[in-house]
Amino acid sequence: MPNNTTQERLKAEARGLNFFYNGGIQALKNINMPIYDNRVTALIGPSGCGKSTYLRSFNRMHDLYPGNRYEGEIRFYPDDTNLLAPEVDPIEVRMRVGMVFQKPNPFPKSIYENVAYGLRVRGERNRRMLDDKVEHALRGAALWDEVKDRLQDLASNLSGGQQQRLCIARALATDPELLLFDEPTSALDPIATGAIEELVHELKKRVTILIVTHNMQQAARVSDYTAYMFLGEMIEFGKTDEIFIKPKDRRTEDYITGRMG
Amino acid sequence: MKPLTTEEIRAVIARGKLKDTLFKALGILCLAFGLFVIVALILDMAIKGSERFTLDFFLNFASRRAAQAGILSAWVGSLLVMFVTALAAVPLGVAAGVYLEEYAPRNWMTQVIEINIANLAAVPSIVYGLLALGIFVYQFGFGQSILSAGLTLALLILPIIIVATREAIRAIPAMIREGSMAVGATRWQTCRYHIIPYAMPGILTGVIIGLARAIGETAPIITIGALTFIAFLPPAPLTALPDGGTAGLFDWVTAPFTVMPIQIFNWTSRPDPAFEINAAAAGFVLMAMVLAMNALAIWLRYRMRKNIKW
Repeated sequence: MPNNTTQERLKAEARGLNFFYNGGIQALKNINMPIYDNRVTALIGPSGCGKSTYLRSFNRMHDLYPGNRYEGEIRFYPDDTNLLAPEVDPIEVRMRVGMVFQKPNPFPKSIYENVAYGLRVRGERNRRMLDDKVEHALRGAALWDEVKDRLQDLASNLSGGQQQRLCIARALATDPELLLFDEPTSALDPIATGAIEELVHELKKRVTILIVTHNMQQAARVSDYTAYMFLGEMIEFGKTDEIFIKPKDRRTEDYITGRMG
Repeated sequence: MKPLTTEEIRAVIARGKLKDTLFKALGILCLAFGLFVIVALILDMAIKGSERFTLDFFLNFASRRAAQAGILSAWVGSLLVMFVTALAAVPLGVAAGVYLEEYAPRNWMTQVIEINIANLAAVPSIVYGLLALGIFVYQFGFGQSILSAGLTLALLILPIIIVATREAIRAIPAMIREGSMAVGATRWQTCRYHIIPYAMPGILTGVIIGLARAIGETAPIITIGALTFIAFLPPAPLTALPDGGTAGLFDWVTAPFTVMPIQIFNWTSRPDPAFEINAAAAGFVLMAMVLAMNALAIWLRYRMRKNIKW
């Protein structure tokens, strides 16, 4: 059955992914799923279904806390690295995979320093280079015009929506290949949410995006592909149109029509 | 159950509010009592010692005549000992606290260490004095010097600084740490750029509380053998010595010394009642030093916290 899916390039692929939290609770069960290059993939599902856990596996965030354990693989392309392999340094993974969190978490430093931080961590000292990249990242996050005259102001003086775009700029500054969004608009008002959604749409030209959302309209608006998760399992994955118009699985249908969750 | 009438509701509220008022009054009473005692103590010392508050009192050495005796060697000694204490205790305490919070695995070993830090804070100060007498004074051969005293007090306040550092670090939200690690920072980069700077106001408070405790300590300093009567200052760096030579940069650390609480103790144990005036005046000065340190801590904390918002 030839369809557009076959023409897509793989950016990453979960293969038989299991995840256990410290204490042995299994939060992900045998997840198999492709992530396509320069596409937005949305993860939906009720609270506690494992979508954030799954997202945080892509940048090995679980390694920060002791006792967590992965099984299976997340292949990352074009170099076909297994992101979860013990011999792969989680810091190297995080240098390639950026993340934006649920609540805006700018550092209590200047706007400039927030964006430049990823570059400083990589050892960039050249002032001109830093200035250029900071501007580029802020433009990418649609924030430049609002902050260009006050780059040395504290980031905490920005509004919530601006702070979240600043966090996006911070992640963009280091040119990640994959950008993870963990419910990026759940702490924002509808106008700021609209701005972020527009931005996600714009950003997929530059970077592959994986986004967790509680808001099904948001998934339908911003994503090309959608995965429905339930109780740690991947129930259904497909093109967003197909998932929302004619889901194959009864559980997906129940969830997106609001009968469950 | 029948719903309450408006009168009944008002009666319930009135009973609740009566307890509010009673507790508030009790609280104010307790607070007033505590404040009264401390203010009375300070005023008492200030009034008793008032005739000694002259420049000479600060610039004179101890003397057999009460009216001419001053606290020069004592306040200089206290400041120098505090300097050594801070220099030794702050890096050690902060590094230990950062390690325990950010690096140490959570296992039984760290549990044991944590419990023992709490124990260390409870060890009587005289025991630190005995320890220091054996180790610093004799084993390491530092003698009865400013160095020995400073290191002894550093041991004493180390647990305070470690605990303050850990609490300050715990108050930093996990999302800040995650935000830093998520761009590919190492643990050290996260500590260096975020954890330590943001914990600094809390750490500083702990440091000053520790130093304020240390500056009043008498027992361990007597144990290691501070002098009670001393009529010279430690040699300032690069100044001429009485024997014709020049003092090195660090000669002062090995000099004999006295500190404020010892000077006060010495004066109160004299039979001549005139020395009581000296003791009261010196007590007031010591109190002022501690309050000044606290004020500094509050000001620094306020300044540093202004820019740290999550």
